[in-house]
Amino acid sequence: MERVKRIPVTRIEGHGLITIKLGADGEVEEARFHVTEVRGFEHFCRGRTVWEMPGITARVCGICPVSHLLCSAKAGDAILAAKVPEAAHKLRRLMNLGQIIQSHALSFFHLSGADLFLGWDEDPRIRNVFGLMERYPELARDGIALRAFGQRVIELLGGRRIHPAWAVPGGVEYPLDEERREEIKEGLPGARRIIERTISLFEENLPRWREEIETFGDFPSLFMSLVAEDGTWEHYAGTIRFVDAEGKVIADRLDPARYFEFIAEAVEPWSFLKFPYYREYGYPEGIYRVGPLARLNTCERMGTPLADEVLSRFRSLSGGKAATSSFLYHYARLIEILGCIERIERLIDDPDLLSPRVRADAGVNELEGVGVHEAPRGTLFHHYRVDEDGMIQWANLIISTGHNNMAMNRTVQQIAARYLRGGDLSEGLLNRLEGGIRAYDPCLSCSVHAAGRMPLVVKLIGPDGTVIRERSLR
Amino acid sequence: MITLKLDGREVRAKKGQTILEVATENGIRIPTLCYLEGLSPKGTCRVCMVEIANRNGKLVPACVTPVEEGLEVITRSERLTRLRRTIVEMLFLERNHICAFCVSNGHCELQDLAVELGMDHVTFPYRYPGLAMDLSHDDFGLDHNRCVVCGRCVRACSEVEGAFTWGFTGRGIDTAVATDLGIPWGLSETCTSCGKCVQACPTGALFERGMATAAQVKSPEIIREVTERRPRVF
Repeated sequence: MERVKRIPVTRIEGHGLITIKLGADGEVEEARFHVTEVRGFEHFCRGRTVWEMPGITARVCGICPVSHLLCSAKAGDAILAAKVPEAAHKLRRLMNLGQIIQSHALSFFHLSGADLFLGWDEDPRIRNVFGLMERYPELARDGIALRAFGQRVIELLGGRRIHPAWAVPGGVEYPLDEERREEIKEGLPGARRIIERTISLFEENLPRWREEIETFGDFPSLFMSLVAEDGTWEHYAGTIRFVDAEGKVIADRLDPARYFEFIAEAVEPWSFLKFPYYREYGYPEGIYRVGPLARLNTCERMGTPLADEVLSRFRSLSGGKAATSSFLYHYARLIEILGCIERIERLIDDPDLLSPRVRADAGVNELEGVGVHEAPRGTLFHHYRVDEDGMIQWANLIISTGHNNMAMNRTVQQIAARYLRGGDLSEGLLNRLEGGIRAYDPCLSCSVHAAGRMPLVVKLIGPDGTVIRERSLR
Repeated sequence: MITLKLDGREVRAKKGQTILEVATENGIRIPTLCYLEGLSPKGTCRVCMVEIANRNGKLVPACVTPVEEGLEVITRSERLTRLRRTIVEMLFLERNHICAFCVSNGHCELQDLAVELGMDHVTFPYRYPGLAMDLSHDDFGLDHNRCVVCGRCVRACSEVEGAFTWGFTGRGIDTAVATDLGIPWGLSETCTSCGKCVQACPTGALFERGMATAAQVKSPEIIREVTERRPRVF
């Protein structure tokens, strides 16, 4: 008899597998989310120059190349140990804001929009971005326009939308000019209108998703992100803060360059993706989440008026504690888009953006450097060691999706336990498993720095270890 | 004067001119790689191969073959494109040419040749040799992965700068450029740090330190300018 079930999950970046193991009573005994890719960036970067690293590591991902580019440039800054011009920091910030907008828009509208607005039980032939276009053409158009705005910010700064090689150790290659600045400015009002009406739409629908909020990864965990000096939401600089499920700060002002003192990584034989945990709490008790949800839980305020208003409504959902449901990643993403647009509005008239002094020229002054910033999916670390000539001897990349590995596993377990009945892999269960993973907007190719694009597969395994069913979703 | 045919057209040339020179004068482009105006031609890369129709289609490198009375030269044919494309393909798979993050991406003669000749994939397996970089020089870097061993740096160094820092080491497929009998570039006592080798290099193999992806734009024409302006002593 066929005893295991596989279900591939689509509309995520990369390739993974879910297995659900049944106990003798037919109930879920164990559910796991496996990442089954390997790439080896950390290995083949060795022997390359630190100046090339932004260009090389940007190729880790086509969705968030900017995140790797900026993080790598920051690790390079630490190795040059020269003062990066303020204008370069501001320009990089501007690009990262554009990146967060475009990546979040992709996740919300293109990847998850169909699940959210067409429903989990809709025919998969319709439950996709094309179905969304047909049923809710305005929503789909908004999503495309908003993402295009974020990408245009990136393109106007770095010369191309995907894989710009513009940030370099010591700064950026060239500044912004008046004409390109005006174009960004012109796009702002439209982008703001889109996100405001999308937030209204999401909030109107929130009551419909009560069950999803309760089952799509609602469990206590720690949350980690960068926050600014005064506790405001931060995406480019700042220090690391951990809060617990009660919303209490348990560690603050941690130097991100010393991440190895507070983060450790466990390895499981069934996944190529490591399992980072908060060192002090041990494995697996030190489970923490990163990304939009975490950033909204760790920060004290967004720091911009409209986003702060929505943040207070978001917080009222969890009664002052941390928001613990991963379903709320979607909500958090929308609030972050709004905050990013407001921040661009504030930054765009800064005269520094047109300054010609955007790069500090220096040789190798430190043999080790860590770059940290907030990628759309969470905190990203690039850590390099170089020789006297600036050639990479060793590299460690801790990718945003990786931090959420334990949380994604727990989410799969929670959804399987709630919806799997009698060993039947119904469409509804499969769709929700997918949706649960998709809430994290995971980038598996990034997280293992992996190659190729394959769907997520779900396997149902009987008590004796045989595969009962195996499915991939379209 | 000599009369010969280029692609069926009768042209006149001076004795001692090469086929490449005459073709260029007559507005006919022959692709080249190891050839650089201002340096002595060597004919090593074979990309400028042309056919001699009245010698049974014999293949000769245009950059070093002098014109002769009555030659019927074909510079463009399916056969030539195929051969040139295969040569460029061999260069690509011999070492590790990763355009995506190369300093010379978008400004590379090898890349331009691949585009011109339609070499959009390889038909033989890549060799992936494990080659090192030399970043010991204060101003410049060398990446053997991107070197096509055209020898333009070697000739620029000896013929134009007169420093004789660059030379070759190894034989056959293991041939590589080297500074001062193989010591790190930064330790070289003969190098004047003039940078002519970097400007002469057609790929990202020689580059200015600190260059990021696609940032290295070169001016190989300075080699010709320097040699033209120099008074002839002999």
